[in-house]
Amino acid sequence: MELTGAEIVVRCLAEEGVEFVFGYPGGAVLNIYDEIFKQDKFKHVLVRHEQAAAHAADGYARATGRTGVALVTSGPGATNAVTGIATAYMDSIPLVVISGQVPTPAIGMDAFQEVDMVGITRPCVKHNFLVKDVKDIAETIKKAFYIASTGRPGPVVVDIPKDVTQHKAEFSYPKSVKMRSYNPVTKGHPGQIKRAVQMLLEAKRPMLYTGGGAVLSNAAEELTQFARLLGFPVTSTLMGLGGYPASDPQFTGMLGMHGTYEANMAMQHCDVLVAIGARFDDRVIGNPEHFFQDGRRIIHIDIDPASIAKRVKVDVPIVGSVKEVLAEMVKLIKASKERPEPAALKTWWTQIELWRSRDCMKYDRDSSLIKPQYVIEKMHEITRGEAYVTSDVGQHQMWAAQYYKFDQPRHWINSGGLGTMGFGLPAAMGVQFAHPEAAVACITGEGSIQMNIQELATCKQFNLPLKIILLNNRYLGMVRQWQEFFYGNRYSESYMDALPDFVKLAESYGHVGMRIEQPGDVEGALKEAFAMKERLVFMNFITDQTENVYPMIPAGKGLNEMILV
Amino acid sequence: MRHIISLLMENEAGALSRVAGLFSARGYNIESLTVAPTEDETLSRMTIVTRGSDDVIEQITKQLNKLIDVVKVVDLSEAGHIERELMLVKVRAEDGLREEMKRMSDIFRGRIIDVTDKTYTIELTGAGYKLDAFLEALDKGAILETVRTGASGIGRGDRILKA
Ligand SMILES: Cc1cc2nc3c(=O)[nH]c(=O)nc-3n(C[C@H](O)[C@H](O)[C@H](O)COP(=O)(O)OP(=O)(O)OC[C@H]3O[C@@H](n4cnc5c(N)ncnc54)[C@H](O)[C@@H]3O)c2cc1C
Ligand SMILES: Cc1ncc(C[n+]2csc(CCOP(=O)(O)OP(=O)(O)O)c2C)c(N)n1
Ligand SMILES: [Mg+2]
Repeated sequence: MELTGAEIVVRCLAEEGVEFVFGYPGGAVLNIYDEIFKQDKFKHVLVRHEQAAAHAADGYARATGRTGVALVTSGPGATNAVTGIATAYMDSIPLVVISGQVPTPAIGMDAFQEVDMVGITRPCVKHNFLVKDVKDIAETIKKAFYIASTGRPGPVVVDIPKDVTQHKAEFSYPKSVKMRSYNPVTKGHPGQIKRAVQMLLEAKRPMLYTGGGAVLSNAAEELTQFARLLGFPVTSTLMGLGGYPASDPQFTGMLGMHGTYEANMAMQHCDVLVAIGARFDDRVIGNPEHFFQDGRRIIHIDIDPASIAKRVKVDVPIVGSVKEVLAEMVKLIKASKERPEPAALKTWWTQIELWRSRDCMKYDRDSSLIKPQYVIEKMHEITRGEAYVTSDVGQHQMWAAQYYKFDQPRHWINSGGLGTMGFGLPAAMGVQFAHPEAAVACITGEGSIQMNIQELATCKQFNLPLKIILLNNRYLGMVRQWQEFFYGNRYSESYMDALPDFVKLAESYGHVGMRIEQPGDVEGALKEAFAMKERLVFMNFITDQTENVYPMIPAGKGLNEMILV
Repeated sequence: MRHIISLLMENEAGALSRVAGLFSARGYNIESLTVAPTEDETLSRMTIVTRGSDDVIEQITKQLNKLIDVVKVVDLSEAGHIERELMLVKVRAEDGLREEMKRMSDIFRGRIIDVTDKTYTIELTGAGYKLDAFLEALDKGAILETVRTGASGIGRGDRILKA
């Protein structure tokens, strides 16, 4: 039987086992929305802005490892989604974004709500398609899911002109796809793996540097096994947090611009460094010239060959998935009689403990003002470290990363690569849809939350009991911090004036609002909020305005040039 | 260093812009780029001449390989290869110059493919430096127009790029 293009789209999504589609209707997708109305295979979530649709799909994907799906109309709907698509692209998150397009004959005519979506998104997608023939819809959607979720994951846009959703074709969903031009490698080269293992067994000052790839690869178990077997210190990028349990003594904390003293020093001074699904980002190693260390050998495991040797030269490149490569390494180490020299390792650990004793993350616990770090620590305690935590971008993001000790993967959800303010709330919605019973918190700033605050309505409509932790410093704090450190205290446009009354705002959307001004009230308020399992609680913590994120490595400096408290 | 990179990609709308977009987005330099379908019309063959350090060239080939539509990439300059470019040059060929132009064209093994009483159009193929040499050898004032295709390249002997 022949189906319309719109019916085919909906059937494809059902075939893919999609649970949620985050979207917003409009002219070019009306046919698809009509089919959505008639089906019950997946739930459509009406967001309040298309950027939020992409972020919500992204949050869902990060929390589950499955591909997130968003649906937007042509023109402004599509352009609104672009920030969300770019956010997912930078962090390698699998998304399929379906955008409506003007009818095929109108393409190129400057038609109403026409925008070249394939052109606009080309630099920020893993791949994109314009479907010109109804007969191609099913195969294209199959390919889109395949490309998004395999290899180095990423967003894929499928742009469908309105007339194509009206035309008819026979429907059959392909069982599998094979593409001669796309064959991601997952198994590492055995020779390289052997070389790497030998290097590890001979290491005197080893360091494991893990990143988002370990989480994306669902390799937490393999990573933990690998690290424990060797007894090596572990650090993680912002994106890898939770891939290795933060409460484990072998964990030295996050590294990089706002990483711990011990992690950064160990990173700089190790003799064998293993990069595990991490890409030597500039926020992590700073200036590659300062990072360079004579005699340090680097093993780099990454599924994307282009990530390897991009910013630093490596000695043993291993292209493959973290999961498979580490499992292979564990096997080889177990089979070998050799072990790293215990005396050398002990000396190394003594050095690391000395760095650790610098206690670089201490802060004033007796302040009469609410310290943001304290809020996070308390929140960690009250949620027993089990909450899913999303964040926006700024100082609050760094404090969340530093003080909420993530023991489990896929629980820390933030925009690292693009650094998108406005990500936190919609992403938290996606997480809560994925895990309806779990505690989901969004740690945010008064600047960031206002970038997608309209989503409080979506939360109401779908009864999402999020906990919004606003660390309200009345400043674009991260900007203010840079202005304090590097611009002679000239606080140009970083003060957040005319803030709304967040309690009333939350209430007007039908949620619970709280304002917390005293350090002594923090714990009680958090307990009360997290106990309200059915309600969204918006907690406005009035925090110390001038608190800074420490340690900090100024941009372009080396890992051993940290500013410490 | 100058490199000549050859690639096979799916012959699909937008494929060329993915490659061009990659070069501009990542700040790689393109000296020339040529593209046309192959004997298998589902595939296009592209030749890109670029410059960069070894590290940059390594990134370029990796990034090209990463494009979903790209089937194969080789850096032809890594081993024996042949490079040819086609140039059409329109030159002044008035009374005094006519003989001279014919002679120059012959020396460089060009062919005169269009003639008027005032001009010749000369077709010349060869490696880029040979075409440069021809232009150098002509009196600048005599050149009315030039059009070059950019280099196409192929491996020597049994070095074959196939899908
Ligand atoms: C305000 C702000 C401050 C920041 N400060 C810091 C900081 O102090 N420290 C810090 O670390 N970051 C910081 N960041 C984040 C930083 O910008 C980068 O996003 C982050 O460091 C990149 O993490 P990653 O190297 O783990 O790479 P990701 O972006 O997570 O990339 C993952 C890598 O793993 C690979 N990969 C994917 N899947 C697999 C697989 N299955 N198998 C193998 N490999 C795979 C990918 O190819 C890629 O190379 C900050 C961001 C912001 C916004
Ligand atoms: C969309 C967007 N615009 C601008 C920035 C630049 N920026 C980074 S952090 C920051 C301040 C964020 O302020 P707030 O949300 O209050 O967080 P705080 O740093 O105060 O914790 C800004 C403006 C950004 N990352 N994203
Ligand atoms: Mg703020």
